[in-house]
Amino acid sequence: MRRVLLFVLTLVLLLSMTVGAVEPIKIGVNLEMTGMLAGYGQMGWEGLQAFAEFQKLEVLGRPVEFVLVDNKSDKVEAANATSRLIEKENVSAIIGTMTSGNMLAAGPIAEKYGVPMIGPSTTNPLTTQGKKYVFRACFVDSFQAEVAAKFAYEDLGKRRAAIISDITNDYCVALGKYFEKAFVQMGGQVVSKQYIKAGDQDFSAQLTAIKSANPDVIYTPNYYTEDALLAIQAKSLGLDVPMIGSDGADVPEFLQIGKESVEGFMYTGFWHPDAATEGLAKEFTEFFREKYGKDPNAFGALSIDSLMLLLDAIERAGSDDPKAIRDALEASENVQTLTGVITIENGDAVRNAVIKEVRDGKPAYRATINP
Amino acid sequence: MTFEVFIQQLLNGLTLGGLYSLIAIGYTMVYGILQLINFAHGDIFMVATYFAFYLVAVFALPWWAAALLTLGLTAMVGVLVERVAYRPLRNEPRISLLITAIGVSFFIENLAIVTVGARPKGFPTPKLMSQVIDLGGIRMSGVSIWVPLLSSVLLVLLLFIVYRTKVGMAMRAVSKDVEATRLMGVNVDRIIMYAFALGSALAAAGGMMWASKYPQIQPLMGVYPGWKAFTAAVVGGIGNIVGATIGGFIIGIAEIMTIAFLPQLSGYRDAFVFAILILVLLVKPSGLLGQSLKEKV
Repeated sequence: MRRVLLFVLTLVLLLSMTVGAVEPIKIGVNLEMTGMLAGYGQMGWEGLQAFAEFQKLEVLGRPVEFVLVDNKSDKVEAANATSRLIEKENVSAIIGTMTSGNMLAAGPIAEKYGVPMIGPSTTNPLTTQGKKYVFRACFVDSFQAEVAAKFAYEDLGKRRAAIISDITNDYCVALGKYFEKAFVQMGGQVVSKQYIKAGDQDFSAQLTAIKSANPDVIYTPNYYTEDALLAIQAKSLGLDVPMIGSDGADVPEFLQIGKESVEGFMYTGFWHPDAATEGLAKEFTEFFREKYGKDPNAFGALSIDSLMLLLDAIERAGSDDPKAIRDALEASENVQTLTGVITIENGDAVRNAVIKEVRDGKPAYRATINP
Repeated sequence: MTFEVFIQQLLNGLTLGGLYSLIAIGYTMVYGILQLINFAHGDIFMVATYFAFYLVAVFALPWWAAALLTLGLTAMVGVLVERVAYRPLRNEPRISLLITAIGVSFFIENLAIVTVGARPKGFPTPKLMSQVIDLGGIRMSGVSIWVPLLSSVLLVLLLFIVYRTKVGMAMRAVSKDVEATRLMGVNVDRIIMYAFALGSALAAAGGMMWASKYPQIQPLMGVYPGWKAFTAAVVGGIGNIVGATIGGFIIGIAEIMTIAFLPQLSGYRDAFVFAILILVLLVKPSGLLGQSLKEKV
């Protein structure tokens, strides 16, 4: 009797699985939801969720399902989260991580299993180098450091730069190097190079050393936590020269922590809602403003870009097979995404950049620079 | 390096050192009485900054009221931790207490992540602290003046309590011999409670000062300052209040001077701090001002 019951139950279960709703396409999301860099992951997730409400996510006639795993802003956890998404959740592709350091740990795992992984804001060139399955939706570091150097040298007319970067983050160190190379090539001079460590809160010693080198511009390609504290401490040490940061400063907390000390702080960025003057970007921005009562941010927008690149690739691949998606993703050409038009070359996105400046406590849009 | 730059760096070091001292004193007090390294101390420091943040930014209290309330509330948190986590284990092996302390530390950190969120918040620095004073090219923020001053005042106050009051006498007695003190009719539980309240209030004072200088608060902000202050307490001789103060300044100045003189090695500032710890322990295992004890953790 019991055996019969078991058989019937199994049959019912099997039937309900095949007859029931169409199986969704699972996309893994590996983000920094807690820890030091939680700001980025939470913005990415917010963007994805908002976009799912903005329009129905569907591809190949199947709904899209997100599987979110928190990597705790930690390299080891980022790698573990990737294998969990692939082994246990059987996802077709992964969005994340937000930061380059974590991608350098997580990418090789995706490569090993052959599942495409696309980092919304992983700007370090090394993340995709020599990898078939690792992609990015943003520009590479070298590009934004060159934009910053060009802006400092040509637009601001600066000649003596100081660089202060976070030695524990591949991202910050790489940006500092690219900036130095581009700035010196144009004829500028780097008068002081200082290093800080993520998690430190006191930078008075480094800033005092920079002040004594008498620079006319400071390049600080760090994450928002350090950038805000650097700007505050620079002001209180009487170091009144323009500071140029990177996309790492593009977080609301940067303004909230830095307050009046970050006024005039400039940074290279991915996107600005004021640049969204037409089409999908405009519609989404309006939807987001109405729904959340605030502006959408670049990290959310780039996460949506990543998703759109993936959906476009799945559509063209015609299947949810990770390998087919990977091949279609690599062949992406002039894909219209939320923030612009993206072409993929060797896993890297060829796309635009903007320069922003903090004015009246808000990041103001300054210019768009195309590749 | 010019003289002016050197003085500026020294001032930077004194400010940072003063902050470490404030936290280190709390560590050392609890250790002196219970022989317990209260690893949750750095997290109580973090909790205090959130109390101050909400009282000022959300409830819009004036700063003096918020500061007093924060001291009181944080002291209560310290007492609560002692009552819930440490008291039931008082007669268990020392190692159980130590592991519990680490557990409490993780618990508070994660509780904060769940309740207030992991994203950092901007701390409303009081005007008094953010004012900048320029002395012939050498710049000091209000914090740089108030921190060493406050550390000294609190140190004197603490020494007064410990050496000149009845409660202090009882505290010293408990640190020597718990059983004998109990036999003398002293309520040991209450004395230990006072010690935790006092230590936590000191962490609160340190936390508010720290957040004024580095106005960014987040649930894991107590971890590094906690370790540094613990190192300071050990360098100075754990259990010794004056030693903790001196240790704090040594660590703060050493950190800043590492960066000032060896800028290319500034990423390794923590390595230098912990190297100092190892060196001091090798030469004088009980710390600079510590007394050698027969029994150690």
